Amino acid sequence: MTRINVMVDGVSYVDDVEPRTLLVHYLREKLGKTGTLVGCDTSNCGACTVHLDGRSVKSCSVLAVQVDGSEITTIEGLARDGVLHPMQQAFHDNHALQCGFCTPGMIMQAIDLLGDNPDPDDHAVREGLEGNLCRCTGYQNIVRAVLDAAKKMQPGAHSDTAQQPSTVAGGGN
Amino acid sequence: MTATAEPTAAEFGKARKRKEDARLITGRTRYTDNMSLPGMLHMAVVRSPLAAATITAINTEPAKKLPGVLGVYTAADLDAEGIGLPCAWPITPDMKSPQAPPLATSTVHFAGEGVAVVVARDAASAEDASEAVEVDYDELDPVLDMEAALADGATLVHPDLETNRNALWVFDSGEAGSGSSFDEARSAAESDGVVVKRRFRQQRLIPAFMEPRSCVVDPTGEQLTMWSATQVPHILKTMAALTLGLPEHKIRVIAPDVGGGFGGKLQVTPEEVLALLVARKLNKPVKWTETRSESLLSAHHGRDQIQDITVAAKKDGTVTGLKVELLADMGAYLRLVTPGIPILGAFMYPAIYKIPAYHFACTNVFTNKTPTDAYRGAGRPEATFAIERMMDELAAELGVEPLEIRERNWIKHEEFPYTTVATLTYDSGNYEAATAKARELFDYDGLRAEQRRRRESGDPVQLGIGISTFTEMCGLAPSRVLGSLSYGAGGWEHASIRMLPTGKVEVVTGVSPHGQGHETAWSQIVADQLGVGFDDVEVLHGDTQISHKGLDTYGSRSLAVGGIAVVKAVDKVIEKARKIAAHMLEASEDDIEFEHGKFSVKGTDQGTTIQDIALAVFAAHDLPDGVEPSLDSDATYDPENFSYPHGTHLCAAEVDTETGWVKIRDYVCVDDVGTVVNPLIVDGQVHGGLAQGIAQALFEEAVYDEGGTLTTGTLADYLVPSAADLPHFTTGRTETPATSNPLGVKGVGEAGTIASTPAVVNAIVDAVRHEGINDIEMPCSPQRVWRAVHAARGEAKSTSQHTTETAAGGGLGSMDAQSADNADTAGGAR
Repeated sequence: MTRINVMVDGVSYVDDVEPRTLLVHYLREKLGKTGTLVGCDTSNCGACTVHLDGRSVKSCSVLAVQVDGSEITTIEGLARDGVLHPMQQAFHDNHALQCGFCTPGMIMQAIDLLGDNPDPDDHAVREGLEGNLCRCTGYQNIVRAVLDAAKKMQPGAHSDTAQQPSTVAGGGN
Repeated sequence: MTATAEPTAAEFGKARKRKEDARLITGRTRYTDNMSLPGMLHMAVVRSPLAAATITAINTEPAKKLPGVLGVYTAADLDAEGIGLPCAWPITPDMKSPQAPPLATSTVHFAGEGVAVVVARDAASAEDASEAVEVDYDELDPVLDMEAALADGATLVHPDLETNRNALWVFDSGEAGSGSSFDEARSAAESDGVVVKRRFRQQRLIPAFMEPRSCVVDPTGEQLTMWSATQVPHILKTMAALTLGLPEHKIRVIAPDVGGGFGGKLQVTPEEVLALLVARKLNKPVKWTETRSESLLSAHHGRDQIQDITVAAKKDGTVTGLKVELLADMGAYLRLVTPGIPILGAFMYPAIYKIPAYHFACTNVFTNKTPTDAYRGAGRPEATFAIERMMDELAAELGVEPLEIRERNWIKHEEFPYTTVATLTYDSGNYEAATAKARELFDYDGLRAEQRRRRESGDPVQLGIGISTFTEMCGLAPSRVLGSLSYGAGGWEHASIRMLPTGKVEVVTGVSPHGQGHETAWSQIVADQLGVGFDDVEVLHGDTQISHKGLDTYGSRSLAVGGIAVVKAVDKVIEKARKIAAHMLEASEDDIEFEHGKFSVKGTDQGTTIQDIALAVFAAHDLPDGVEPSLDSDATYDPENFSYPHGTHLCAAEVDTETGWVKIRDYVCVDDVGTVVNPLIVDGQVHGGLAQGIAQALFEEAVYDEGGTLTTGTLADYLVPSAADLPHFTTGRTETPATSNPLGVKGVGEAGTIASTPAVVNAIVDAVRHEGINDIEMPCSPQRVWRAVHAARGEAKSTSQHTTETAAGGGLGSMDAQSADNADTAGGAR
């Protein structure tokens, strides 16, 4: 077993983990963070996407031992004091989810996408979400939601939510 | 005293944002795999890698010794050899029904079939132990091709049945008296008209819902409780009782949050039965969650038909006869409604057209492949594909404009209600309006002009226009019609309304949403009808302890059947409240009016709200004699007819004849789903439907190699489309209310899937028809399109009509393992 020290959604944890344990299973089974979901076994679907040190990763493709000393944000760590992150709000406003199973990963990836490209067009959003599969929505409302959130997250855009700390807004270089 | 949200403008028709979202966008979700109970164990299934083999030995000892393993069981260990999974639709009296065991006993019949189960302390130990179970097989020849399976002397999937034919189901309008004889129509057309014959291939698809299946069975309570990622909690409860001989009143089934189904979770699965058996044996909660590869391999597949279609018509394009001959692949076993799926399509081949003579014959065939069953549209996409493709083929044959030929044959607006040659009575429709609106949104003439320009200039990238004017029957009802089809269940739906003392309302519904937004839509309906606030309504579903009665969610039935049951139950609440209001207001019932949640005496401003009456009834201090102290009411509603949404879909596709790459340039659809409760939800259902229909046309295919192994067994090979693969959809609507229910609503869940596949393939064929091509097998991958074009030009070997060649790895390169003599494939690189 290997000891890891990791900050997840603002709380620090110290655990001994098996070397083979995937980050997604550590989050779900050890930390009870069941908001992050498993949708496949070939890292195609993206349902398990979280932020690792400000960048989106598929937590099924990261070993828990690799996150020692890192900071992780999951879907459960986005809202602050009951106020939704603009991306969560945009998904709600634009009916960008139906069954919700792809939604956690889709939201986390969309935030990272805006971190790299704060003002994407329709095509750039679709390319940025190519690694996140959805079976219900046909993606149209998801793209609409991400473009909506991009507007609302523009620097200076009036937003009644507090300015998001950098680790959440995606670490775009 | 009772705080009430002022009932604002009408909720009905409002683009209400969904109630369901709050938990789904914050990760506060209750998908079955999120469940954990004290002392819960984990089950893993050992599956056969072979499609057909006898099991000569199963050695479970090595697995039993591994740490954390509580038990390893074969069918014999669980005395499950006599158990047969249920099939609720014996389509003919002589239908062959092989026993479908939850675990293979002596012979495996499809790759992926379970042969043993392991139960361990955690999922990882169970997985490790499942690899330690030693199973010896004697391989047999798998039966994989339907036509070969029916040939004399063919190897039998189930030798005891003495045939690979499950059943032959026939409908003939001449015999049924609903039309004339097809043979007469054909001979007439042969002398003075035209007969067009085509063979289409409905490739095998996989629903691939995003949430892998999962179930948790807790035997420790008074009622055995099973959580399951299912579309059908009520049906699962009854079927579990029947299948295992358990007392039905001792079973509780809960469908918590379910991550999509699309028909793929309309099932009673082997794994649910095994989890029940193992949990009861160990008297401990047991969880089973499948991996994605397990799901693609062993959850039921969809489609998989060969369609031989013949159309007889006059020279002016008026269709005089339609003949449909199907081979439908059942796979190795019959699941819940497997044999009935192609039969559901039988009624929709005539579609929106006035076809005088119709003959339908479907032969269901067993193969050594994963069982098939319902997948979004379930029989109707296949039917719509065939007829809409044939309309384009007929138009091309006669040189008639494809839109014109449809208009010449479709039912005119003023001819509704119209009884078709397949004996269905369409209550309402307006094909003219939907088509006119679609043409407007699509710039049909401009695109035709561009098509001509590209053709004249010999542009390597050609343009094609595809049309699909469809209708469908959905909301499986009424019960007596289902009975006439020997469908095991009814088609009714149940709802009950609970009026709480503080004026809030609980709606219990028998449907089982898994993404459709029923909580939001039912709240809108009840808020309007009862005059209460949208947020004062709570919709309860999916738990058989709360919603004791229901027939769940599939076939686009929820609103057209379940929604109406809610309306009927609310009507009863209002009638009970009216009596009490009259008493409270000291007026006669006839003078009591009810609007926006308020009972008032005609001509006066005297009134009382439904909330006040709810409190008064709770206190019951002063009720009229003989009146029960309750407003609560329920209703079980059996519709008089199916619902018939329709629409016109137009697709413009660019086809690069040098690479075979297809790009959807423009997709417009105008759907008529009757009155709309929530436009956001309707648009969402159409978008999702289009994605799955387009995926069949361009991307998805479940491919088996000659050994019967599924080569598209991961999401890397089975190409569920991503956001980058799909176009923007232009969606419009017309509203021709249904006349069969008080809300005028129709189903919408499957419309996009049913209509879009032929629209896309028609567009692709239209783009290259001048090359002498009249069909391209689905999915129209770059490989297939390139081969069709270059074969037509005599430059390459075409694929046989329905390829049985080895398809290495499936996906875009599903046929790249061609013989060496072919020109180097120039398939479009993605």
